[in-house]
Amino acid sequence: MNRIYLDYNASTPIAPKVLEAMMPYLTSKFGNPSSSHSFGVECRAAIEQARERVANLLGCEASEIVFTSGATESNNMVIKGIAKAAGKGNHFITSQIEHPAVLEPCRHIERFGYKVTYLPVDKYGLVDPDALAKAIMPDTALISIMHANNEVGTIQDIAGLTKIASSRNVPFHNDAAQSVGKISCRVSELGVDFLTVAGHKFYAPKGVGALYIKRGTKLPPMMHGAGHEHGMRPGTENLASIVGLGAACELAMPLLESEGPRQKKLGQRLFEGLKRAGLNVHLNGHPEKKLPNTWNISFEGHDAAAVMEALGKDIAVSPGAACHGDTVNASHVLVAMGVPDKLSRGAIRFSLGRETTEAEIDTVVEKLKQNLKGK
Amino acid sequence: MRKVYLDHAATTPVHPEVVEAMLPYFTAKFGNPSNLHDMGREAKNAVEDARGKTAALIGARPEEIFFTSSGTESNNFAVKGLAHANSQKGNHIIVSQVEHFSVLHPVKSLEKAGFKVTQIAPDKQGIIDPEAVAKAITKETVLVSIMHSNNEIGTLQPIAEIGAITKAKGVLFHTDAVASVGWVPVDVQALGVDALSLSGHQFYGPKGAAALFVRKGVRIKPQIEGGVQEDGRRGGTEDVPGIVGLGKAAEIAAAEMPRRGSYLLPLRDKLLQGLQEKISDLIVNGHPTRRLPHNVNVSFLFVEGESMLLFLNMAGIYVSSGSACTSRSLKSSHVLSCIGTDAAAANGTLLMTLGMGTSAEDVDYVIEKLPPIVQRLREMSPLYEDMIKNRKTT
Repeated sequence: MNRIYLDYNASTPIAPKVLEAMMPYLTSKFGNPSSSHSFGVECRAAIEQARERVANLLGCEASEIVFTSGATESNNMVIKGIAKAAGKGNHFITSQIEHPAVLEPCRHIERFGYKVTYLPVDKYGLVDPDALAKAIMPDTALISIMHANNEVGTIQDIAGLTKIASSRNVPFHNDAAQSVGKISCRVSELGVDFLTVAGHKFYAPKGVGALYIKRGTKLPPMMHGAGHEHGMRPGTENLASIVGLGAACELAMPLLESEGPRQKKLGQRLFEGLKRAGLNVHLNGHPEKKLPNTWNISFEGHDAAAVMEALGKDIAVSPGAACHGDTVNASHVLVAMGVPDKLSRGAIRFSLGRETTEAEIDTVVEKLKQNLKGK
Repeated sequence: MRKVYLDHAATTPVHPEVVEAMLPYFTAKFGNPSNLHDMGREAKNAVEDARGKTAALIGARPEEIFFTSSGTESNNFAVKGLAHANSQKGNHIIVSQVEHFSVLHPVKSLEKAGFKVTQIAPDKQGIIDPEAVAKAITKETVLVSIMHSNNEIGTLQPIAEIGAITKAKGVLFHTDAVASVGWVPVDVQALGVDALSLSGHQFYGPKGAAALFVRKGVRIKPQIEGGVQEDGRRGGTEDVPGIVGLGKAAEIAAAEMPRRGSYLLPLRDKLLQGLQEKISDLIVNGHPTRRLPHNVNVSFLFVEGESMLLFLNMAGIYVSSGSACTSRSLKSSHVLSCIGTDAAAANGTLLMTLGMGTSAEDVDYVIEKLPPIVQRLREMSPLYEDMIKNRKTT
């Protein structure tokens, strides 16, 4: 049997067109973009073209994009940077279901005397706008709430939340690592001041990401060195991967409209198929306001390990979230949503991608029907 | 037209075997190393294999290697991470004046946060006197950071001697070896360092992949926090292909190490002698022998570096004026000014760095093309005219 990969939220392969765009920069066009000779100049041009492409996807100016090594760095940059600029004692707001790349920097600044409010979510994983409004204090320096949750796929009403933030003059950071390339993420529609992009979640390479910084917004750099990225992020640019990120953005744009509905249909086929197979399954996350590719399903009466065993080693899925896969603690996201223990223990994240087919979905359903039912 | 790339200190091409090693991790083997399934394990194993190879190149243990996104990140991680993690001991840091900006600027940020900093001046050849470091150490000193070799003038520092001093005094010692690793033997045991930065694209690995060696037992504060990757010291999904590439580059460098020096040294000396024979009024910057085997840094008096660069570019010769990482800014090199090069001479400086693909014919080509360029530019220079007049009258 061919391997079936349903873990696209953990990482995607690189699209062939992306790799094609990158290859010259791993071979003949290897200059340092800071060099003033022609090897450098052609590389500088490639980076600026990639910046344009990222900006196009987000609907912003190229000058508002800073390249980083990934979403974790982008998130650290915003949270620690704003903390540094605001000064000790200031207040931050985030949610309980953020990725560790937001939660850990928040815990870091807490250790240095900052206050952090972790907003709860409802059973679908949604943050209550009224709760946000109430949490804002005069010394609130930043609100950081994710766009789409990596585990359950729930999409927050970012436009609604940023209205509240801007009416109170609080900058808003949006970790969109899991949504960029999957659904429309236009910064003007979202109304955000900072937005985090991760390359390897939408067919660009690992090791590259970006941060949108709204023009006029002040953010001190996290790393110090030479003047790369307008002094915002020093270090020789990860040229080939940046070119890859640009290519992935260009590729994603026309696919947003076709791939979303297609993957949503496949996900429904999976969920309905499992139900028809007689398995006691529950969908975690919002039934509608969620990423079309992300299907977090609890198998009542089974724990995740048993489900994964039933799937066999040729089908790749994640129990809970990938980034803390080493520990088998119940997912902090499902706990925050109030998913009862008997269900959260049996939660599996199926995340679909461009290569996912109906046949693969049917195979997965069949496998679970055979190996899990009646056990 | 012949193309001669003599800017290996800015960046190197990626070795074809390195690209080949990376490719499967862009395509079929694209798993996230944090995943428990086979796709994740396969990626995780590749990362660990690369860690072993990187460690082997510098005589470290695999668990002492932490992957980062650049030499700059490694230096920031080392300087800030070590200073903050050990600040209970004191708040004094010692660096040299000729460090790369990715050490000097983090140090500056620590200074703003209340640390005290001593900057040691080099001698005229760029050497830091170990005795000066010893004298600067106080009870409050937490960290000494002195680069292994200078990225501009190529001077190799007496790291092992400084390492012996810091060890005796119980002070942590970091060395920025970004310009050295892959070009000269670097062994963390022999050097006695507690932390060492290296960067892939400086020695035929890809850009975006680098590492920091941190000796086992040394406390360091993470700078990028999130998942528990890199033993909890550096969050973020690993750049698997980049890391695999770095590992392969390290493996190749380790295998070629004795040959790299013996191949490059004669070529470097040939280039230098050729230029000295054909061009008057030039200054060789750095140390004559204690220098990187592929580094030639020369100031041509009465000529402007950027103009030379332009003419050389037209002749298919790609070199750097001053430091690559800062060449876009027109400020003159802080390194040259620290070793006493006057501003006018610094302005006419070329940094030429050879590589394993540089041939004797390439060097001959530069020796043929550069002298007329210098001559032509000098003929256009009023300063040069004055100088010739003065020479005739005296």
